[in-house]
Amino acid sequence: MAGKVNKMVEKADLFKNGKRIDGRTPMDLRPLKITAGVLDRAQGSCLVEWGRNKVIAAVYGPHEVLPKHLADPTKAIINARYVMAPFSGQEEHGRSGPNRRSIEISKVAKHVFENAVLVEQFPKTMIDVHMEVLQSDGGTRVAGITAGAVALADAGIPLRDMPVGLSAGKIGETLVLDLDKYEDNLGDSDMPFVILPRTGEILLSQMDGMLSREDISQAFDMIFEGAKKVRDKQIEALKTSYERMAAQVTTQGETNQ
Amino acid sequence: MAAKGQREDGRGPLDYRAISVNKGFAPNAEGSCLASIGKSKVLAGIKFDVMAPFADRPTEGVVMVNAEFSPMAHPEFRAGPPDAQSIELARVVDRGLRSAKIVDTENMLLMEGKVQGIFIDLYVLDHDGNLIDTAALAAMGALQDSKVPKFEDGKIVRGSNSGNLKLNDAVVCTSFEKIGKNIMVDATDAEEIASSGRLSLSTANGDLICSSQKSGAAGFSKDEYMQMIDWSFEKRKELLSKLG
Repeated sequence: MAGKVNKMVEKADLFKNGKRIDGRTPMDLRPLKITAGVLDRAQGSCLVEWGRNKVIAAVYGPHEVLPKHLADPTKAIINARYVMAPFSGQEEHGRSGPNRRSIEISKVAKHVFENAVLVEQFPKTMIDVHMEVLQSDGGTRVAGITAGAVALADAGIPLRDMPVGLSAGKIGETLVLDLDKYEDNLGDSDMPFVILPRTGEILLSQMDGMLSREDISQAFDMIFEGAKKVRDKQIEALKTSYERMAAQVTTQGETNQ
Repeated sequence: MAAKGQREDGRGPLDYRAISVNKGFAPNAEGSCLASIGKSKVLAGIKFDVMAPFADRPTEGVVMVNAEFSPMAHPEFRAGPPDAQSIELARVVDRGLRSAKIVDTENMLLMEGKVQGIFIDLYVLDHDGNLIDTAALAAMGALQDSKVPKFEDGKIVRGSNSGNLKLNDAVVCTSFEKIGKNIMVDATDAEEIASSGRLSLSTANGDLICSSQKSGAAGFSKDEYMQMIDWSFEKRKELLSKLG
């Protein structure tokens, strides 16, 4: 799964005989593995391995607001940061730190977490959600926000519901879910979404390419269907992490006696 | 007030304020347009130049959109490097133009390693809300105003004119704000402060969406989203008529 891809891909290769370049059908997601509690220091953390993407998220807080004048007496402030590591792409060495793209993504990611976190419960505080793309292969913002959501839950921060990120797109005349890098670069449209499955709300919607009303309507239905699979993995990751913690507590208890 | 579906200036939820488009405002630029919606004003200026193409598109011209929120436009704007708000605005306008292939970038190769670059700078001069729609209108107006300079031996001949810039279609943007359960277009600054979230939809070719951007904490349901798509096609006609 994490091997190198060096072959040249052309647009005509993207969708043939009902199958996508990696053999998936339009509704299939890439292999997805979510692990919660992967970092020691952070209050909550999560590693999302999604196709060839590897995105890690860490949560700190609620903590004192810095700089202090930004503090909101009615709610917690969300500080979301999405960045790509300079070595994360197949292309040349990138520049470290945020660029225009990642600043924009950080902004819309912040809006997602502002909605999902019960921010009113933590007035005058700040909650940091750091999302680092370690390896990228298309769909890193939705992978990052999916990871950030699990990291928040892993940190014990109450959420209205778990935000789920997933992208839809169009290749020729076919709508597909979960575009990889080739499908994003060579396809006709890319639509990253973040939704709350419980309420059916759309918290993030971006788009490029040209789509009709019907395309977008169908894309939403596909996203809500596909998001169930992502959500199951998020919940499973948290359960596994809690079980691991519970096992540790039990072992420690026995040692202490 | 807005939460009850009323607006302080008496407009209906789908009414724009007065829109004006003034092309050729800064004639030293190859194209320019001062657009205003209500009291909001954005000046777009376009300069052509010669530049190296992007590595992944070695034969295509480059279109770049940048936004400058001038400190004269609002008491809370400060001079300095672009913040998330101005980057978002520039990138939303950029994605609309790019997705709709408004500029034919495939005809902008000058010689190997040199292509035409089109720099679109969006200057926010007065901010009373709905900057994205105002900026998108200014950008489109400035593109329509643009005269392509001559290029000789891979160099630009300043002040020359080889004709109007060829454009495929026109892109306009309509932004919706959600206040309480109500959705409205063309929010003022005060309405934006009361708003919990925004959806900006760019339209092209009559009935295609060419960019969408949700901003702010509010969520939208699928029904709300589809309704806004229909409204954006309606509002497109009004905005296009102002572009002339």
